[in-house]
Amino acid sequence: MLHTLLKSIQKSTRTFSGGIDPEMAKITATTTIATSMQPQLYILPIKQHIGEACEPIVSVGDHVKWGQKIAKSQGYVSVPIHSPTSGKVVKIEEHATPHPSGMGLPSIFIEPDGKDTRDKSLKPIKAYRDIDPTELRERLRLCGIAGLGGAVFPTFIKLLKDNRNPIETLILNGIECEPYLTNDHRLMIEKAKEIIIGIDIIMHMVGAKKAIIAIEDNKPNALEMMQETLEILSGNFPDNTQIEVCQLPTRYPQGSEKQLIEVLTGKQVPAGKLPMHIGVICQNVGTSKAIHDAIIKGHPLTERIVTVSGDAVPRPGNMKVRLGTPMRFVFAQHGLETFDDIHLLHGGPMMGEKLKNADVPVVKSTNGLLAMHSASMKEAHKSEQPCIRCGHCGVVCPVSLVPNLLADQCRNKQFEKAESYDLFDCIECGACSYVCPSNIPLVHYFRYGKGQLAQIGREQNFAHASKQRSEHRDDRIAREKEEKAAKRRVVREKHVAKADDDKTSAGKPDHDKTADHKAADRKKPETTDNTIQKDKPSPKSSPSKAASDKASS
Amino acid sequence: MTYLLVTTAAFGAFTLFFAVILAIAGRVFKIEGNPIADNIESLLPQTQCGQCGFPGCKPYAGAVASGEAEVNQCVPGGERTMLQIADLMGVEPKTVEDEATAPMIAFVREDECIGCTLCIKACPVDAIVGAPKQYHTVITEHCTGCTLCVEPCPVDCIDMLIKPELLEHWSWPLPDTHRAQLAIERKGQHASHTS
Repeated sequence: MLHTLLKSIQKSTRTFSGGIDPEMAKITATTTIATSMQPQLYILPIKQHIGEACEPIVSVGDHVKWGQKIAKSQGYVSVPIHSPTSGKVVKIEEHATPHPSGMGLPSIFIEPDGKDTRDKSLKPIKAYRDIDPTELRERLRLCGIAGLGGAVFPTFIKLLKDNRNPIETLILNGIECEPYLTNDHRLMIEKAKEIIIGIDIIMHMVGAKKAIIAIEDNKPNALEMMQETLEILSGNFPDNTQIEVCQLPTRYPQGSEKQLIEVLTGKQVPAGKLPMHIGVICQNVGTSKAIHDAIIKGHPLTERIVTVSGDAVPRPGNMKVRLGTPMRFVFAQHGLETFDDIHLLHGGPMMGEKLKNADVPVVKSTNGLLAMHSASMKEAHKSEQPCIRCGHCGVVCPVSLVPNLLADQCRNKQFEKAESYDLFDCIECGACSYVCPSNIPLVHYFRYGKGQLAQIGREQNFAHASKQRSEHRDDRIAREKEEKAAKRRVVREKHVAKADDDKTSAGKPDHDKTADHKAADRKKPETTDNTIQKDKPSPKSSPSKAASDKASS
Repeated sequence: MTYLLVTTAAFGAFTLFFAVILAIAGRVFKIEGNPIADNIESLLPQTQCGQCGFPGCKPYAGAVASGEAEVNQCVPGGERTMLQIADLMGVEPKTVEDEATAPMIAFVREDECIGCTLCIKACPVDAIVGAPKQYHTVITEHCTGCTLCVEPCPVDCIDMLIKPELLEHWSWPLPDTHRAQLAIERKGQHASHTS
């Protein structure tokens, strides 16, 4: 009784609006991180982050080293991809990626040679405090670091020291609110030192003086570990830095960037703005560890921690997996060989996406791999009932939307209306679908609506661009015609003048003859024009057409 | 009697005054072109394909605005565009006979291209590049799939291909539920009894 009262008071002091308390099922919280074996073949899709795809810079038959860049980034929002081992590039072709569409992307296939020879082109930087932040930023870009919490946004973009938006607080996200997933939890216990050095690197890069490590109260051992390590390392940091570990009550979706910022700072990130606009930056603990490896060791991002769990996995656990390892191979190491009547999820059960099969590689966004028996999956899709207006979805929505209304609008294709009801502020956390007593797949409707709106936008842009191109073409044709006509006019006037001269010099006012002369002169430039134009068939009018043009002018 | 005169004079003065204001306003706020035609044009997909029987989207929009053309002649726009135009014009929707199936793009088989530039001249959106006696190629992201380049090619080396779907442009389908199906049916019924 007192406990629940305390808990509710605690919640009311530091929490965001909405949210749910799903069954956490963190069955792998106590299993230490194992290291995955080498598969026979690595498959690396050329796009593993949000933004533009990369372009392969190796060709079939090339020998690559572990950590060597194999695909270069194109555009600003992009990071390169590196080889996860030493070996040979065997083929570059399209292969399925962990994407809900099941569509493929061009992928680089690497056959390991078993030696794991490191590429040592990137030198370790030990004294990072003496290095200019821009240089460190370029290093992170070169190392292919993207947010490992699941969104895989290129990290270097966020770590910008900008005087217009000075960063006051760094928030380190160790919340891990998704059920089943424990990869961040284990990482905080086993790699606390690396994570905290990573924090110091980030603070140096953005010039922040304050950092908060946020951990939910269902991971007390991680909290303890981080606190202890912080005390040990605190002597190494500059005097005015302030790093604290903060315990928060367990609540889903607290690990969402904007919700976590609201909980810790009391400030809301405005719609369409980024956390840096309110002086905050948020990083996942896994990203912090990757930043440490990239700077201190000079290792590009080639591996990550993955939680392999779910009720269909015989030996669930956490595993350090090299990027590009086929998921079938990862599951096999946990005792799961056949996939009949099993649902595979890429990510957690709330926000993860269903996979069509296990023959896709682990990519930078793979924080969890779940295999569930079909019977234990809620068949929300088939049993959708009419909305009973209970309002639960609106209560749990962490961004204070009206999910039932939005779902109706999306279902009935009133997309513009849904947009005006802030459909794009939806973070797709799935809390509404989770509580809906009518089993309405609300988030699916929102994803559908967002996709359709994006499609409409693309079509409009394309139509606009096409219209402009067509107008420019019409203008150009009109201009060319005009220029040609002007040219002809000049030539004709010259010849008329010449003919008049001839006429006056001859002193014979013979009208028919002059007319003949004129006609002959008029023909002349055209014929020469044509011979010149013969091997350059630009849209020149034929002699007869030119004559008619002239007649009209 | 005087009242009558005063009233008449006052109304006359008012009429004159407002007539002057209206005349000035008519000059100052005059809208160039035909606003209805422009609105219709903004609804069209701008493929400039001429499948409506007019030499481009703008002429078709003008024809619809002046009542010379039907609202259902835009093939690439399909039913959605027809409904929008019908709504704007305040006329009854008509069925679209031949709706485009999938977005297409032109593809020049470069081995067979003789570099005659005829397709370049035919392209309404300048989406084909090339020079005389050089291979031509289609800029895929600018091609509207209008097929106007296919006919002029003297060696028939242009194919129309189905536009490949990009992973980035993939969007979630409507959830496959009974209720979603119902919504589609109801939408159809609504369209049928309003027409």
